[in-house]
Amino acid sequence: MVIYGVALLAGCMIAGIFIGELLGKLIGVQANVGGVGIAMLLLILASDYLRRHGRLNPVSRQGIIFWSSIYIPVVVAMAAKQNVIAAIKGGPAALLAGALAVVASFALVPVISRIGDGRVVRLDDGSGEDRS
Amino acid sequence: MTTVIDLLAEVLVRNGLITAFLFVGIVVWISYFVSGKLTGGRLHGSAVAILTGLVLAYIGGVVTGGSQGLADIEIFVGVGLLGGAMVRDFAIIATAFGVQFDEIRKAGAGAIVSLFAGVFVSFIVGAMVAYAFGYTDAVSMTTIGAGAATYIVGPVTGTAIGASSEVIALSIAAGLVKSMLVMTGTPFVARVIGLNNPRSALVYGGLMGTTSGVAGGLAATDPKLVPYGAMTATFYTGLGCLLGPSVMFFAIRAMVG
Repeated sequence: MVIYGVALLAGCMIAGIFIGELLGKLIGVQANVGGVGIAMLLLILASDYLRRHGRLNPVSRQGIIFWSSIYIPVVVAMAAKQNVIAAIKGGPAALLAGALAVVASFALVPVISRIGDGRVVRLDDGSGEDRS
Repeated sequence: MTTVIDLLAEVLVRNGLITAFLFVGIVVWISYFVSGKLTGGRLHGSAVAILTGLVLAYIGGVVTGGSQGLADIEIFVGVGLLGGAMVRDFAIIATAFGVQFDEIRKAGAGAIVSLFAGVFVSFIVGAMVAYAFGYTDAVSMTTIGAGAATYIVGPVTGTAIGASSEVIALSIAAGLVKSMLVMTGTPFVARVIGLNNPRSALVYGGLMGTTSGVAGGLAATDPKLVPYGAMTATFYTGLGCLLGPSVMFFAIRAMVG
């Protein structure tokens, strides 16, 4: 049933947010520490477990797939409810933050591609030059 | 006639969340239409739609003088509910469904390094820019840094650590700029950064992280590379949501106090 998928998703979210709150209290910060990320992790683990045991049928999946496919509209609604007027003066900061992040990330592509390359080549030629 | 309009307004207000579904649906539809007609799909519909959302929030603010964008207008109160933290987190967590860790392990060390490097570099760059522009508190710096990761990591992180709506709006804008630059700029830099094989596409996906940007950018460069970039990019938002309101926040707080 569709509700099983929705309920699984809800369970992961509640558990993740709860762990995040708990971590915040433990560390002593007023923050939900990684709650959404933890919830995503739980959902990945739970759905993987259920799939391998054949316990998540296609109908139940629909309950999760619906929500995952509606996230862009939800983000649009989220954007539409922000205090953009107050943010306008910080606009250049947003532009520059986004642009520089892209430039830095582009620049790293050849650097990190090389890391991966070297390792795989070493594995492929089987010369035994192990590097962990 | 005015009574008919009043009656309609009343129905829209009374069914706020449903009105929001209808309204956002129309916005998304128009945005995808504009994306296809005016940009030939080069600027993906999702980016146009989010940009439209920000513009609408601005208009809402001008009209009402309030701080909640469009949601301050009575018939759009439901937009606030649909775009609120609860529904948003629910939808974003759902995107992790079907992701398999085996895939990233098979993708190799470069892919994993690229993911962590991508998240860290975007955060650091974003936080430094925020600082330079006078957002010097740890919460704002982390949130804008998170926005430089993606427009989802930004608001999720901001909400988790208690950022203001103004700063969250900036984080969305930063992520949107990143996404748009990646989808439009990739073909121009592809040759320079060696983006012409599956391995570099995996690394590229992990470094950029914006799924719409990566898919759009690779499609415009070489459609055969899309699945490779998409595979690593899928993990990015989850990793960002995990590291943002934790490791990154603590690190930035330790630095600026």
